[in-house]
Amino acid sequence: MSFWSRHQIFEKNSIVLIGGILTVIAIGGLVEITPMFYLKSTIEAVDGVRPYTPLELAGRNVYVREGCYLCHSQMVRPLRDEVERYGHYSLAAESMYDHPFQWGSKRTGPDLARVGAKYSDEWHVTHLTNPRAIVPQSIMPGYAFLSETEVDVSGMASHLRTSRAVGVPYSDDQIANSVADLKAQADPDNAGLDAFAKRYPKAVARNFDGKPGMPTEMDALVAYLQMLGTLVDFKLYNKKVNLR
Amino acid sequence: MAEHSDFDQVSGKTTTGHEWDGIKELNTPLPRWWVITFYLTIVWAIGYWIVYPAWPLLWSHTTGVLNYSSRADVAVELANLEKIRGDKMVALGAAPLAEIEKDPALLALARARGKTVFGDNCAPCHGSGGAGAKGYPNLNDDEWLWGGSLDQIMQTIQFGVRSGHPKAHENAMLAFGKDGVLKKDQIVTVANYVRSLSGLSTSPGYNKSAGAKIFADNCAACHGDNAKGNQELGAPDLTDKIWLYGSDEATLIETISNGRAGVMPTWVGRLDPPTIKALAVYVHSLGGGK
Amino acid sequence: MNQSQSAKSMTHGEAGLAIVFAASAFLCLFATAKALDTAFAFHASLACAASLWAVFAIVNRYYDRPAALPLREINGRPNYNMGPVKFSAVMAMFWGIAGFAVGLLIASQLAWPALNFDLPWTSFGRLRPLHTSAVIFAFGGNVLIATSFYVVQKTCRVRLAGDLAPWFVVIGYNFFILIAGTGYLLGVTQSKEYAEPEWYADLWLTIVWVAYLLVFLMTIIKRKEPHIFVANWFYLAFIVTIAVLHLGNNPALPVSVWGSKSYIAWGGVQDAMFQWWYGHNAVGFFLTAGFLAIMYYFIPKRAERPVYSYRLSIIHFWAIIFLYIWAGPHHLHYTALPDWAQTLGMTFSIMLWMPSWGGMINGLMTLSGAWDKLRTDPVLRMLVVSVAFYGMATFEGPLMSIKVVNSLSHYTDWTVGHVHSGALGWVGFVSFGALYCLIPWLWDRKGLYSLKLVNWHFWIATIGIVLYISAMWVSGILQGLMWRAYTSLGFLEYSFIESVEAMHPFYAIRAAGGALFLIGALIMAYNLWMTVRVGEAEAQSPVALQPAE
Ligand code: HEC
Ligand code: HEC
Ligand code: HEC
Ligand code: HEM
Ligand code: HEM
Ligand SMILES: [Ca+2]
Ligand SMILES: [Ca+2]
Ligand SMILES: [Cu+2]
Repeated sequence: MSFWSRHQIFEKNSIVLIGGILTVIAIGGLVEITPMFYLKSTIEAVDGVRPYTPLELAGRNVYVREGCYLCHSQMVRPLRDEVERYGHYSLAAESMYDHPFQWGSKRTGPDLARVGAKYSDEWHVTHLTNPRAIVPQSIMPGYAFLSETEVDVSGMASHLRTSRAVGVPYSDDQIANSVADLKAQADPDNAGLDAFAKRYPKAVARNFDGKPGMPTEMDALVAYLQMLGTLVDFKLYNKKVNLR
Repeated sequence: MAEHSDFDQVSGKTTTGHEWDGIKELNTPLPRWWVITFYLTIVWAIGYWIVYPAWPLLWSHTTGVLNYSSRADVAVELANLEKIRGDKMVALGAAPLAEIEKDPALLALARARGKTVFGDNCAPCHGSGGAGAKGYPNLNDDEWLWGGSLDQIMQTIQFGVRSGHPKAHENAMLAFGKDGVLKKDQIVTVANYVRSLSGLSTSPGYNKSAGAKIFADNCAACHGDNAKGNQELGAPDLTDKIWLYGSDEATLIETISNGRAGVMPTWVGRLDPPTIKALAVYVHSLGGGK
Repeated sequence: MNQSQSAKSMTHGEAGLAIVFAASAFLCLFATAKALDTAFAFHASLACAASLWAVFAIVNRYYDRPAALPLREINGRPNYNMGPVKFSAVMAMFWGIAGFAVGLLIASQLAWPALNFDLPWTSFGRLRPLHTSAVIFAFGGNVLIATSFYVVQKTCRVRLAGDLAPWFVVIGYNFFILIAGTGYLLGVTQSKEYAEPEWYADLWLTIVWVAYLLVFLMTIIKRKEPHIFVANWFYLAFIVTIAVLHLGNNPALPVSVWGSKSYIAWGGVQDAMFQWWYGHNAVGFFLTAGFLAIMYYFIPKRAERPVYSYRLSIIHFWAIIFLYIWAGPHHLHYTALPDWAQTLGMTFSIMLWMPSWGGMINGLMTLSGAWDKLRTDPVLRMLVVSVAFYGMATFEGPLMSIKVVNSLSHYTDWTVGHVHSGALGWVGFVSFGALYCLIPWLWDRKGLYSLKLVNWHFWIATIGIVLYISAMWVSGILQGLMWRAYTSLGFLEYSFIESVEAMHPFYAIRAAGGALFLIGALIMAYNLWMTVRVGEAEAQSPVALQPAE
């Protein structure tokens, strides 16, 4: 039997053909993906990365919903121009609580991985409301409607609980107080601020959209943008250990 | 249908003998160049695996004979960059601020450095040429909120204004209306007074002396008796024709009623000291340097 | 009639499906009432209406049909089931035009941002997934389903397996598209590129896809040909692998079963790896294997020539499906994905070059002895040019997989240009060619209404593609170079916003190219419509070959 006629077994038997296809396509995926879960070097050991506060999480959901990731990456590559323009290259650890990840694949606008604390809240609000009011050359859409929509707080605890079920380490305490924490973070006069600060050390609480009243989606989105890339203190980060 | 080979008249090649809905297949051998190129890519891949990190193992992964790492690479690249920039950048870091503008080489370097960093970090607020926007001061003119000397500019850039940094400039425009200090009609009056200071028209029926009194009682503490402003307090000159937020009556009423507290971020954590120095020199040289 | 009525009874399939849909109508009604967000309520009510319609349609069809189900064969000739094929072919044309129009809109938004209108549902971020899904899954997917159902019947010489099942597949699939598309406009998305639909749409697609696999596989199993034709290997690999990829990339936990939002099971770097394992192989199996199957049937058929090389088919088939799976990490070069995985992604992409070209060679060389037909038959020309674009995209792809090249091209319009040389040139043209062949066959027409209009379509669309991809090459490379440009003093030369400004002319040219491509498709729709409406009927439907024994 010639080499070529051996192939008949696949051509004459559809189940063998399917079996062959499945076997062949399984290999690459298994070899590349499985080690991501067990190789220790995949996610760097660093301090500072914490789960999102309820307000930030709500903002992140707005970010996902509006498709910001289609124009903005959140992944500074270890290339000299990017490190110079945006700051330290991104670590895997910095997005380990991201379900799903937001690294992006197109930079129509600049990378946002380290945009946190770079601008003022007012700037973000003005910019998101009407980008060309402040950056005349911008081609970004306006999102004025975010200031008019209050954050839907009703399901906040479920959001945290679901996140915990997929691996984000929220505590019972954080889940139970999610709505209070969400409101506290957007209101500097809130009585619950101390408790919030205990649950999320170093998280910033401000009236992000500058408007009185219930937190809006603008509050949430700006709170999220303002924490991006601020968690890891790179002065304490050991570059040598995390080459891989 | 025939199972045996068949002959294709046009190409002169044999077919496999099968036929589906009128479609047959030639039994053409694999093109040689195709096979060879395919093998070459495989050989190249194997070579690459030997040289670079490639295959996952149970506890680690192959590291390759070069011990390559993209993260180690960028550190080298950045170090090389420092070499390109050379000793001059070191000199810039070491030079006292006041000396830089006297040394043409250092000045050119500082301006070049300042310009590149300004584009990505400052222009979103202050505009591409530093011309500013509503609420974001023009850096080209001679009017300074917090002072236009090199040191003052450097101070502002380092720590910002109301940025949350402990050393930031803090003082802000009070909310006279919201805080109940002034009544609505008093605010309208003093707003008209402020307009009159720079020669702008005032509404009919506006009482100038009442305006002057309100101003002296409430505003002069910061903006000065002659309303020429106070850079210690970041209070702008209200007699010139330069406005941060605007000079129409409605905007002035808004400013006086609800106050103003524009935020300029701090840059000490994000930008390194020589770069901040360079920025100060760059901004100072934009036009309005004092 | 009387006689048939007495013997008439519902099949298990009809009764079962009617009951399932009736139950589903109740469930969806309940879900509408319980819904936590308006998008979910809207989708649940759509599903409720669709379920009711399905029950009605099944019962109605039962009353209308004769007692016996359609015969599998008539006079020893297969009684082909072309209804679902016609349906998908029409939907493909519809979604194609919708998807190209949205593409034109988002292209224009990047050139003239005022076109975002600052409304939630018209902003770029929500329309872009609508575009990608409409062209890939709605247009491409319907072309694939239509052609696969056609080709598998013809090359196996049997009627499509199942009675209601094929209809379930085509209608169910288009319902999935409806849910996905309206979801994007309402802000319902998982943000996983090319897998954006939320958990409930994902679940529905899983059911539809399993039905698709079963119909296709059962048809092959019942075939009258001893050998499975090469096109069917590719269709099968496409269907099976897409199922695996879909299941791997989409596991998610809904925040509530009555709400649209879910959180993906994977996080961070692992999610990135899963995503581009999926994303790259959506290219490899949806946009490549599936359309190669189309090529393997329609080019030999139209050119009336044998497939160039059976041996090449075998080698490049197995090589492509084995190697493609590994190449996903080339979407993650220089990211926080470990270097070792990037190496694998790059090297396997390079090894993928020749297997990909194997398909191109088999497609192009099938014309040997029939090249003259290109002058007279614009449909064949479209098919052949599509293969040339395929060759170009699969050369450019490995090139862009090389890390140094990717460090420049990644994040830029170069990727978008590469995508569209594959998407417009390969996927678009091979689909157009297949539909131009298929519509006259399905509606028993002698030929197309106008070959001249096909010629116009060909040239207008070709100019559109050239404008599109050359604009993106220039803008992409310019972007990449501007971002990394350094002055002689060693400082970054351009700010980001300067690169945004520099893109404007190219975005305008791209929009012009897109407009031409859309105009071409409109001409095509008119031509096909006229073919069906006024085309000259074929004297008799093509005679099927007699069974061998
Ligand atoms: C059509 C593409 C597009 C979309 C969609 C988009 N942006 Fe942008 N974005 C840009 C561009 C271009 C710039 C640069 C010009 C500017 O500053 O406006 C930018 C700038 C920004 C900046 C300033 C970054 C910096 O470092 O200067 C932020 C923050 C930002 N966008 C956030 C968002 C958010 C949040 C969303 C979604 C709600 C979003 N963008 C959606 C294109 C887009
Ligand atoms: C988030 C917006 C924002 C960014 C980014 C920003 N600034 Fe500012 N800057 C401001 C605002 C607002 C003020 C005015 C503060 C006030 O009202 O007193 C200001 C004030 C200044 C002043 C003082 C002007 C005066 O009249 O005293 C200087 C100098 C300055 N900025 C330079 C810079 C430089 C250099 C950078 C970049 C490294 C920068 N700014 C980035 C918002 C910004
Ligand atoms: C506590 C100090 C303080 C007092 C008192 C004060 N101001 Fe101000 N004023 C400021 C500061 C600081 C700013 C600049 C705010 C900024 O940069 O965002 C300012 C800004 C302004 C502006 C905006 C100028 C422009 O260019 O747009 C006006 C107008 C103004 N003040 C008027 C008044 C009037 C009228 C009063 C009294 C009723 C008053 N201020 C009292 C500190 C003060
Ligand atoms: C009229 C024709 C078309 C136009 C004007 C058009 C335009 C666009 C635009 C403007 C984008 C966004 C690019 C960006 O974010 O910068 C895009 C993305 C995309 N389009 Fe199209 N498109 C067209 C046809 C098609 C077709 C036929 C397909 C597929 C069969 C397709 C597949 C895609 C894909 C996959 C992306 C995402 C690319 C990426 O993420 O890198 N497009 N298109
Ligand atoms: C050998 C074959 C191919 C290889 C190796 C390949 C490689 C690549 C590479 C390196 C990228 C850029 C990734 C990045 O930097 O983000 C890419 C993107 C893409 N390619 Fe290909 N390509 C191939 C063929 C094709 C074909 C035939 C199509 C058909 C349409 C296609 C569609 C796409 C799409 C849609 C993207 C964009 C993904 C995204 O970022 O959203 N590719 N490909
Ligand atoms: Ca993409
Ligand atoms: Ca999905
Ligand atoms: Cu790919």
